[in-house]
Amino acid sequence: MTDASMDSGPKKGSLTTVDARTKKRNAAEKRFKAYGIVAILIGMFFLVVLAASILRSGLPAFTQAEMKLEFVLSQEEFDAAEGQLLKTKAYEGIFISKLQDALTENGMSVAFDAAAIERLLGKPGSMIREYFRANPDKIGTSVTFSLPASSRVDGYFKGRVSRETVVDSRFFEAKDLDLVDALADAGIIVRNFNWNFITGSDSGVDNPSGAGIGVSVIGSLFMMLVVLVLSLPIGVAASIYLEEFAPQNWFTDLIEVNISNLAAVPSIVFGILGLAVFIQFMHLPQSAPLVGGLVLTLMTLPTIIISTRASLKAVPPSIREAALGVGASKMQTVFHHVLPLAAPGILTGTIIGLAQALGETAPLLLIGMVGFIARAYPEGVVSGFIDPNSAMPAQIYTWAARADAGFYEKAWGGIIILLVFLLTMNIIAIILRRRFERRW
Amino acid sequence: MTDVKIKAKDVQVYYGDNHAIKDVSVEIENNTVTAFIGPSGCGKSTFLRCLNRMNDTIDICRVEGTILIDGDDIYDKRVDPVQLRAKVGMVFQKPNPFPKSIYDNIAYGPRIHGMARNKAELDEIVERALRRGAIWDEVKDRLNAPGTGLSGGQQQRLCIARAVATEPEVLLMDEPCSALDPIATAQVEELIDELRQNYAVVIVTHSMQQAARVSQKTAFFHLGNLVEYDDTSKIFTNPEDSRTESYITGRIG
Repeated sequence: MTDASMDSGPKKGSLTTVDARTKKRNAAEKRFKAYGIVAILIGMFFLVVLAASILRSGLPAFTQAEMKLEFVLSQEEFDAAEGQLLKTKAYEGIFISKLQDALTENGMSVAFDAAAIERLLGKPGSMIREYFRANPDKIGTSVTFSLPASSRVDGYFKGRVSRETVVDSRFFEAKDLDLVDALADAGIIVRNFNWNFITGSDSGVDNPSGAGIGVSVIGSLFMMLVVLVLSLPIGVAASIYLEEFAPQNWFTDLIEVNISNLAAVPSIVFGILGLAVFIQFMHLPQSAPLVGGLVLTLMTLPTIIISTRASLKAVPPSIREAALGVGASKMQTVFHHVLPLAAPGILTGTIIGLAQALGETAPLLLIGMVGFIARAYPEGVVSGFIDPNSAMPAQIYTWAARADAGFYEKAWGGIIILLVFLLTMNIIAIILRRRFERRW
Repeated sequence: MTDVKIKAKDVQVYYGDNHAIKDVSVEIENNTVTAFIGPSGCGKSTFLRCLNRMNDTIDICRVEGTILIDGDDIYDKRVDPVQLRAKVGMVFQKPNPFPKSIYDNIAYGPRIHGMARNKAELDEIVERALRRGAIWDEVKDRLNAPGTGLSGGQQQRLCIARAVATEPEVLLMDEPCSALDPIATAQVEELIDELRQNYAVVIVTHSMQQAARVSQKTAFFHLGNLVEYDDTSKIFTNPEDSRTESYITGRIG
């Protein structure tokens, strides 16, 4: 039987030689694989370029050139300075003479005047005076002062400012760089990690050295708190109702279509809605994280509802039948069986929605959280919600719009911090998904 | 002497415009295994799901006619389907244990119905159910292991144990052995025969041999009609209707 069919069938080539059709199919397969690899490589290339350029531009924001000077202020010097009419000027004089001493000690002699020091440091006198008046017991002991150098000096160390490019102005002169070099050689000007950038508040437009993102981080956190507390329960409740309880009719279809559409509405539209409803109609405070959170909640809800419904749908219907079959009510079925199984998906969707909201700038533009300079930490939880504040992306946007090149670097540094937050949230989402994932 | 447990009269089921069950009247007896046989799409599962109002969960499904259990119309407005389903347990085609421990799988029903006052009572209910499901000896040492980790046949017996844990009076089984191998099938069939002592068992099956082996009564469905309902021995040896004969001899279906 087998012999007969083998003989009667048309004789094809041996199995060891590949026929043309198979060759063609194999080639197509190889080509497809190659396309895939090329696509991934292109994607990775851009990712690397992006990461490298962010790090290159942003990392300098985390260091700051400081002038570190250690000296002893004697009681006589203190009394003499306090006795003068222009007290801070007197302290500035003391500082300059101490600086001169330190340079001489290191075997260097550079001539400089008070104006040059002011260009490098601002006015150090008042700060020194404040310190000794507050700590009179330190008089006569050795004290180290760390004073942030001006943006131009900082930029000189970071390669932003050079002898060739510097333009003489009341802010900086080319000859000041000789003094800076000498001070750097003497170890008086050093680059340190800039904690103020992470914890501090925004500064004036002409003082990029003093700008920090800390206060707007707090603003963002309060906003996210509002978003989480509102959008998670509302979103999950809406999804459960739509997915498990609502009848299938034209009305629920309409709701479904609208939710999908809302997810695609540009965020600035939500911003203007927030402006009209929350600020103009409900008279909630402007620039407040509470309002920002409300607007971002509106924006995040569709995302959460869509992902929650998807994860509810993914729970096999057999589990629902099993629960109904033993006499569980609809609600017991949902809360005892369906929801726990959908939880990892819901959490992931929520965190991704939050991450999206965290990076959103446009709606904040319209409710006054952009361009606002947050100078102080909120005093408590309530003031954290209702006091004017900025948010991370808004702060970055504000810095990027400022003229001083020092702020450009701060904007990139702010982006690094924002990305760190986003990465952390995504990692949490992955961990939660891994931990709660169950198979059935 | 026959003891009628379920009495269905002129039952019609519609899925939207589709008339899925037409004029089905049947009397299901206590302590009897009743098999529903018929080709795919003939409505036997649909009719089975009417008996514990599982079709309520499908929006477009509409049931007409009367189904009485112990004389009560289960489609009466006053009947709570949740209460009904505790009385009419169901085992599904695919084993569907909850992704929880074996113990929790069984204990879930008794817990939500408040059948145990304390842990010891609940333990007792779980053990009794597992023994009735003929799976106690296999799982007694790993009650905290996940129910989904058992083999297919064990999972199905676990589901049967779960269904009997709520002390139902009727047990509906929708092709309970279709996902099982012959050995597991034999175990489940043996179990069904034992369960007959306490319950009215209704089983939907595609296997005519199975219907012949486990049931005392057989109903043959075709295109939404109940063609013939009689003692299993009669159906398989001397059917009245030519369609029944064609089906059981393998000429249609």
